[in-house]
Amino acid sequence: MKNVFLVVEQNIQLTHDFYKLVLRGDCAGNMAGMFVNIKLDGFSLRRPFGIADSDDHTITLLYKVVGGATKYMTSLMAGAIIDVLTCLGNGFDLNQGRKPLLIGGGTGIAPLYKLAKQLNEKKPDIILGFRSARDVCLTDEFSQFGKLHITTDDGSLGIKGTVVSYLISKKLDYDYYYACGPIVMLQALTKLTQNGEVSLEARFGCGFGACMGCSIKTVTGYKRVCKEGPVFSAGEVIFSE
Amino acid sequence: MNRLEAELLGRKLKNPIIPASGTFGFGYEFSEYYDINILGSIALKGTTLMPRYGNPLPRIAECPAGMINAIGLQNPGAEQVISTELTKLKKVYNEPVIINIGGHSFNDYIETSKMFNDVDSIWAVELNISCPNVTGGGMAFGTDPKTIKKLTECVKKVLKKPLIVKLSPNVTCIQDMAIAAEEGGADCISLINTLVGMRIDLKTRKPIISVKSGGYSGPGVFPVAIRMIYETSRCVKIPVIGMGGITNAREVLEAMYAGASAVMIGTQNLVDPFACKKIIEDLPMVLDEFSIENISSVIRRNANA
Repeated sequence: MKNVFLVVEQNIQLTHDFYKLVLRGDCAGNMAGMFVNIKLDGFSLRRPFGIADSDDHTITLLYKVVGGATKYMTSLMAGAIIDVLTCLGNGFDLNQGRKPLLIGGGTGIAPLYKLAKQLNEKKPDIILGFRSARDVCLTDEFSQFGKLHITTDDGSLGIKGTVVSYLISKKLDYDYYYACGPIVMLQALTKLTQNGEVSLEARFGCGFGACMGCSIKTVTGYKRVCKEGPVFSAGEVIFSE
Repeated sequence: MNRLEAELLGRKLKNPIIPASGTFGFGYEFSEYYDINILGSIALKGTTLMPRYGNPLPRIAECPAGMINAIGLQNPGAEQVISTELTKLKKVYNEPVIINIGGHSFNDYIETSKMFNDVDSIWAVELNISCPNVTGGGMAFGTDPKTIKKLTECVKKVLKKPLIVKLSPNVTCIQDMAIAAEEGGADCISLINTLVGMRIDLKTRKPIISVKSGGYSGPGVFPVAIRMIYETSRCVKIPVIGMGGITNAREVLEAMYAGASAVMIGTQNLVDPFACKKIIEDLPMVLDEFSIENISSVIRRNANA
């Protein structure tokens, strides 16, 4: 973990409620699957976001406006300075599988972006699921890194259904998957197959392992989503019914 | 001469700043962020006789000026705390620390306290009779003066170390609780634990927290804490450790003027992992600002002063 002050470089609207925020500063050490926890004026707790992309000098976040804090984030102008804890949690294991499959649902597509970029050479299949056509974004960007499959719940773009129903209906060639999305999606996915890893989210108190606010049950005992996670081996997580 | 030196229960502390139980884990993890030897002491995560997972998620809900938590005393149990957690802490922290003990029954508190009698790395026991997030015990014990007195007596009888009783603010008259603890033989009082609160999710129309309500903490409770530190320190002779929403060095001084002999920093550790370090570094400047030579000079010496 590092506590850094980063400068807002870009804050762009991608869809009706989905934004891209680029931050500049000391951004070294952030791996695909790790997250940042940012302090916003007027909000008591920090807000965690999966790292969508990063290099030594920038971090890109993708965020959906869901409440007061994310609404406030849309007003951040270039040049604004924000207090950020970076390099949090453990990232994806990039050395698994010869033919990877990336599965993202909703805002869960964010951490898959840097991952897809890094797995580019393995030509991964990438399934991204959205609610509706108006939520679909970043398709050109993801297409650079692998074969892209789009699903929407209402069928208004791509294949109608969820990423999991798509995976069941289509025989994709893969030997290891990486998934991030809503709990129901990950639960359905891990019921189907456990040969992969999943990135979870939870309401955090701190985001760095101090408060036990995000402990989940796993087959090897209790683990904190923020500290031992957010990426877990798919067979490890015990989802509550 | 160390201007920040404080004395608590006959023990010299480098300064009166102690991370509060439940916001600092078992301490050693913060040593990744800074040298925790600068701390006055550490109050460890609430520990129970047997291991506990705690409550289902969500356990956290944000609030204006703070947060609600309902962890439910997740901990690996006293045996493992002694064998594993304290061993890890010893490697990065040179002084003994404060163990916080929770329970569901008198027997839980008594048996757990006994287990720490011969543990060198523990110098005091903080009895958590104010946790709002467990059923039976916890706050149920800490809101009735008769039970507080009896439980304190029972633990004091078996304990060979100083006993701190941590009180709940969820009572009509805090003085009655403090007096009961003192009569039961407590060596010190710490307060305030969290205030019971609730948030509702507007989309689901249900409480955010899985067990509905939890403990509210953070800057919003600071004035409540100051009032209770003030009242308590004036009705008992034993020292009071003040806590509740303290975020900076000026508020530390305020808590000490209210009557605290030392302070605990809680929720702010979760927002800023460097909170205690910053407060310790800022304290000398605040002392300068108010022309105070040594922090020990502001510590209230006796209840009738």
